[in-house]
Amino acid sequence: MGAPHQTVAYGMIHIDVQEKSFGHTPVLRNIRFDIPKGQTLALFGPSGIGKSTLLRLISGIDTRFSGTIDRPERIGIVFQEPTLLPWRSALENLRIVHPSLGHDACLEALASVGLEDKADAFPGQLSLGQQRRLSLARGFGASPELLIMDEPFVSLDEKTAEDMLTLTEQLIARDTPTTIFVTHARDEAERLASRIITLAGHPASIQSDTKGDFS
Amino acid sequence: MDLSIRVLSLLGLLLLWTLLALAAADPLVLPTPFSLLQPAWTATTSGELPYHLGRTVLRVIWAFSLAMGIGLALGLMMGLNHKIDQWLDPWLVVFLNLPALVLIVLCYLWIGLNETAAIIAVTLNKIPNVVTVIREGARALDPGLASMARVFDMPFGTRLRHVILPQMAPFIAGAARSGLAVIWKIVLVVEFLGRSDGIGFQIHLYFQLFDVTHVLIYAFAFIAVMLAVEWSLLQPWERRTRRWRTA
Repeated sequence: MGAPHQTVAYGMIHIDVQEKSFGHTPVLRNIRFDIPKGQTLALFGPSGIGKSTLLRLISGIDTRFSGTIDRPERIGIVFQEPTLLPWRSALENLRIVHPSLGHDACLEALASVGLEDKADAFPGQLSLGQQRRLSLARGFGASPELLIMDEPFVSLDEKTAEDMLTLTEQLIARDTPTTIFVTHARDEAERLASRIITLAGHPASIQSDTKGDFS
Repeated sequence: MDLSIRVLSLLGLLLLWTLLALAAADPLVLPTPFSLLQPAWTATTSGELPYHLGRTVLRVIWAFSLAMGIGLALGLMMGLNHKIDQWLDPWLVVFLNLPALVLIVLCYLWIGLNETAAIIAVTLNKIPNVVTVIREGARALDPGLASMARVFDMPFGTRLRHVILPQMAPFIAGAARSGLAVIWKIVLVVEFLGRSDGIGFQIHLYFQLFDVTHVLIYAFAFIAVMLAVEWSLLQPWERRTRRWRTA
């Protein structure tokens, strides 16, 4: 569907969702935007508006929609829930997902989120905060061309959420991946992102698209 | 499980048997457990019992591996793919409700009185049960982990080994345990009806001689093997796959 996109700039991610419905209820309509390489974009809007649905389309989990999405091959994702393999150790959780990383690189990745002494622990032995950090390390592992985060800071206590935010800021500054993250908290969006797209309406479409340094 | 409870429970069974045998007071109907020891020893040292036991064990291994392998593949496919499930489900119901005896007789009639027919008959009898259990497991797979594996583009082999099979472990163990018990019972029927060796054949022979003692000896020999498998292979494997739950 649509014309080929030979003119797309290198590393540019191109999103064109004409319509996405669940049954007969349209939830997303005419959502078009490009993300240049290295940009951090926040998808902002109230709960239930369809942000996570859009993220599932962008990440390729859900392919039933009309439109086109050009996405790179190497994608990292951080879900709302840690979504770890409970039967594998913290280290194996990184190694299995990123076979290109060696043992030492995985240990380094664990150290970057403060889990260097938890390499042999099963996820069930980690606190929720630690599990979320491991999930963050997995998302950033193998330097993804596109990093997708779905409300990575919800349902955490204030201190843990703040630690995660700081950590995410550091990791984004270090690797500068192209990043899309979903949030319903304005301050999170302004702190991490250099561009905020706000979704509104039923079916949801882009209400505003603002660039700039919010912090 | 507490070992002493297990031993006590088995001793209780032995005691009950002895009491019944004494009450019956006819070794032709029910011999005491101790009167089995001498003929059991003779049967073992003559090589007869080990030979027939070996034949049966071999058939059980073949049928078990085939039924588990095919059942696992079919069950996963049906549990993960709605279309395949719709197509194969009626077949499953047909085979689930086909009496074991009918399948055995048909296999012997169609394929002949040979080893292939015997093993196919047992395998076909067991596959539907394995499929049913595995399909339930595949339907309960975590969609979050499936999404994760998809976005990170995990190759199929990795996904199977690290994402799917660990979630299926309790279902596989369940299918294996009930599978082993059912398979050896069907193997005996198959041997009873159409083979000239194996425990089922021996039981057939001693049945015709009205020799309860030897029928019991051959039955217990196989139960002993099954207990050994349960305790030395199945339970340690289960403990290993459950390690992460208890860690």
